[in-house]
Amino acid sequence: MDYFFQQLINGITLGAIYGLIALGYTMVYGIVGMINFAHGEIYMIAAFIGFLAFLLLASLGVTSVIVTLILVLVISMVFTSVYGFAVERVAYRPLRNAPKLAPLISAIGMSIFLQNYVQLTQGARVKSLPPVFTQNFHLTDSLTISTVQLLILGSTALLLLGFSYLINKTPLGRAQRACEQDRKMAALVGVDVDKTISLTFVLGAALAAVAGVMVILYYGVLDFYMGFLAGMKAFVAAVLGGIGSLSGAMLGGLLIGLIESFWAAYMGGDYKNVAVFAVLMLVLVVRPNGLLGRKQVEKV
Amino acid sequence: MNKNFLTFLPPVFLTLLLSLPLLGFFAQENSKDILLLQRWDWVLYATAAVFLANSVLIVLKKYPLPSFAISPPAKNLNALKALLFLGLLALPFLSSRSTIDLATLVLLYICLAWGLNITMGLAGLLDLGYVAFYAIGAYTTAILSHYYGLSFWQCVPLSGLVAAIFALVIGMPILRVQGDYLAIVALGFAEIVRIVATNWQSLTGGPNGMSGMPRPTFFGLEFGRTSSSGLPTFQDFFHIPFNSEHRLIFLFYCILGLAIIIYVVSKRLRCLPLGRAWEAMREDEIACRALGINLPRIKLSAYSIGAGIAGLVGAFFATKQGFVSPESFTFNETAMIVAMVVLGGMGSLWGICIAATFLVLLPELARGLADYRMLLFGLAMILVMRFKPNGLISVRQPTVKMS
Amino acid sequence: MRTPLLDVTDLTMQFGGLTAVDGVSFTAHQGEITAIIGPNGAGKTTLFNCLTGFYKPTQGTLLLHTADKSIRLDTLPRSHIAAKAKIARTFQNIRLFTGMTVLENLLVAQHNALMRASGFCIAGLLGLPRYRKAEQHALEKARYWLHKIDLTDKADWEAGNLPYGDQRRLEIARAMCMEPVLLCLDEPAAGLNPKESADLNTLLQDICNTEKTSLLLIEHDMSVVMNISHHIIVLEYGRRIADGTPQEIKNNADVIRAYLGEESA
Repeated sequence: MDYFFQQLINGITLGAIYGLIALGYTMVYGIVGMINFAHGEIYMIAAFIGFLAFLLLASLGVTSVIVTLILVLVISMVFTSVYGFAVERVAYRPLRNAPKLAPLISAIGMSIFLQNYVQLTQGARVKSLPPVFTQNFHLTDSLTISTVQLLILGSTALLLLGFSYLINKTPLGRAQRACEQDRKMAALVGVDVDKTISLTFVLGAALAAVAGVMVILYYGVLDFYMGFLAGMKAFVAAVLGGIGSLSGAMLGGLLIGLIESFWAAYMGGDYKNVAVFAVLMLVLVVRPNGLLGRKQVEKV
Repeated sequence: MNKNFLTFLPPVFLTLLLSLPLLGFFAQENSKDILLLQRWDWVLYATAAVFLANSVLIVLKKYPLPSFAISPPAKNLNALKALLFLGLLALPFLSSRSTIDLATLVLLYICLAWGLNITMGLAGLLDLGYVAFYAIGAYTTAILSHYYGLSFWQCVPLSGLVAAIFALVIGMPILRVQGDYLAIVALGFAEIVRIVATNWQSLTGGPNGMSGMPRPTFFGLEFGRTSSSGLPTFQDFFHIPFNSEHRLIFLFYCILGLAIIIYVVSKRLRCLPLGRAWEAMREDEIACRALGINLPRIKLSAYSIGAGIAGLVGAFFATKQGFVSPESFTFNETAMIVAMVVLGGMGSLWGICIAATFLVLLPELARGLADYRMLLFGLAMILVMRFKPNGLISVRQPTVKMS
Repeated sequence: MRTPLLDVTDLTMQFGGLTAVDGVSFTAHQGEITAIIGPNGAGKTTLFNCLTGFYKPTQGTLLLHTADKSIRLDTLPRSHIAAKAKIARTFQNIRLFTGMTVLENLLVAQHNALMRASGFCIAGLLGLPRYRKAEQHALEKARYWLHKIDLTDKADWEAGNLPYGDQRRLEIARAMCMEPVLLCLDEPAAGLNPKESADLNTLLQDICNTEKTSLLLIEHDMSVVMNISHHIIVLEYGRRIADGTPQEIKNNADVIRAYLGEESA
């Protein structure tokens, strides 16, 4: 039984990470109606920036773990946001009125570019970060939860609270939801659409940055290719939950995390990704709008 | 001047911020620990490069270059095609083994890109899992010959068929849902194929791959030093001395033949009602529906014909390499083929042909650029979408004319 | 003697809590031009979308009477409505295949017939005479319509490069190439100048009289509606408020109130 609960904890932790990335996909899809194919790469870049920040702080002689963690998170969020901003400016904004395939292809180009940019500047080899938190808490004899897991769950919950406040209660959130409904109308009533879209990308990147930092704390390894699969699974999570729906993205993330860890635990790790994609196909057939997605009325 | 200077600042500042973490710092792992190295010079170069590029852009805005459009020269086009065809026919007799090898590779990619052109260029379906069907074709050939002893010419059509059937089965649920998802689902499918090929050790040999591909025969005549069938070998039959290049040359002609068939078929398909429906669907799905066109069926046909071509090419690829492994079928492969179609101009067979040739030869011609190949692909895709969203050759030929 | 062509009974369409069309019933007759008018948001386009299979009605029946049988449109799979029931439509904001030529647009409309003739491509790929003949026939029909809408000279133009009025006419011709029994036009006169609008009247009357295709028309331009329609249905807030000949509608108190406000009545 402990084994089961252990997998549950692992699955939820993993799911929280996917959920954080999935939020970026779902927000961008909601507002500009395109798959931000490079979002997985943003998450990978966040992990690299976090990794370098850890090393930098260590070489500067910062020893307090808490201070290090906060500084690393801030550094990674800030610089990753700049990447998110730049990606939108360079690859998507000029194509806003282009034929429908154009932004998607541009996004793929951006994804390939970023992946290879990191490979060339940081090397192709897998990097490893020495463990920062080593303490485990024993819930029962064989059921443990690590500090990092607690950290991931805690910070995700905190971020979600802040995030839903931002979307539901602030002018920015209102502008964002307005653009999502009708971009032209929002512009007519004085919403700065360009700024709102930029901010959406920045927000998505910041959330991915937290996921990136957490994941290197959790697994201790990173490489330039990590964004591809993680991004893909997070997208699956967003679709699963209903693309455009923020709580759906989180729910989808959790489901994907659980499927993955339970499949790996009980069926072996070889085919866990096959299970994830099979679930995606199934959901698209049975419920094309996802679990929490709104039914879309086609405008004719 | 002042205003110009102000438009300079944000991109340069942005570049500085972007390059600061990833260009400015670099982690080097020793045997014992990790060192953090600083590379301020790289940051400087990147910022300076953007500064320069911006200056050029501003100058260009003031004094624009004469705009140019590459359109196929109307005159002598057929003569040019005939010349190219003769050149390709003569190629094996004029060049070395490595050149033939390279030419075969170029032709393979042209065939692949023309296959994707049907799915993506004509029907407008972004198939990011294209490589899956290429892999299915290659593995079908490998498995059929390895376990069932089928010959090359039996394997080729079956490979195409199996790939097309896979596309039908996968496409049926997926193509019913909204367009954008197709890209990701196809990507997921390609990943599944790769995972299965890696993990199903007993069937596919796992990461080590499979070798011992069937060898093409010339109407039953083998190309080996000795014949294993009752028939004489190729060289004995024609009374010429043995040369190991014969098989290579024969394969080259086979793939050339395949390319010509794909060319002719895609050209004819485009002018048939099916092809016109593909293009109409790309333009406006809702209007298609109002005209009573069965969209799922049209999509499925484009998807599986493209996949079938990839399967056929996969069979030839397996034979050419003599070896298949999951490594040959990564997302990078799809990205490269997508880049060929996009850069060449979606729907334009000749544009795609030129782009494919260029992209395959690029790393061969400029060895120093080989590391930067994928980086440049990505950049090219972004830039082409921004400045020439219809690709190199963007002149669409009508499928039918009034006169 | 009027023969009913389309019976709409108690049609209701809801989006979430919003009822866009609320229990509308009417009959359109063969060989007639039936106009649907009403203020913005009255549910006209939604009604069209239900009729042409873009929406599934929440409630109600749609019955199309053809020569030999009657077809329930509301239960027909939506991809079959245009193909099997032969109902064609145009769109409020023109939907042409803008990158394709005018002639190609007209050929795409004949897709299903041509597809059958090409033996699902096999006969077409081989260039069999059976397909060639069908293609000739399709081209002949396209020429006929090009002549009718006066676009013969521009047949090889990209449809997107045509002037606005030509695009409107081309969309109608494209729909007619399907040889429909019922043609649904969503604001065909929108954005046309008076001369073009008058030409459109002639074209629509010609379609009704010579081609024997009945028309269902959404229009705001009263000069079009009053001049050419035989029968008018007025919608307001999703409900039918009047139904009759142009003369009857002109004098209907409810209609005047809906258009001009309460106190005018």
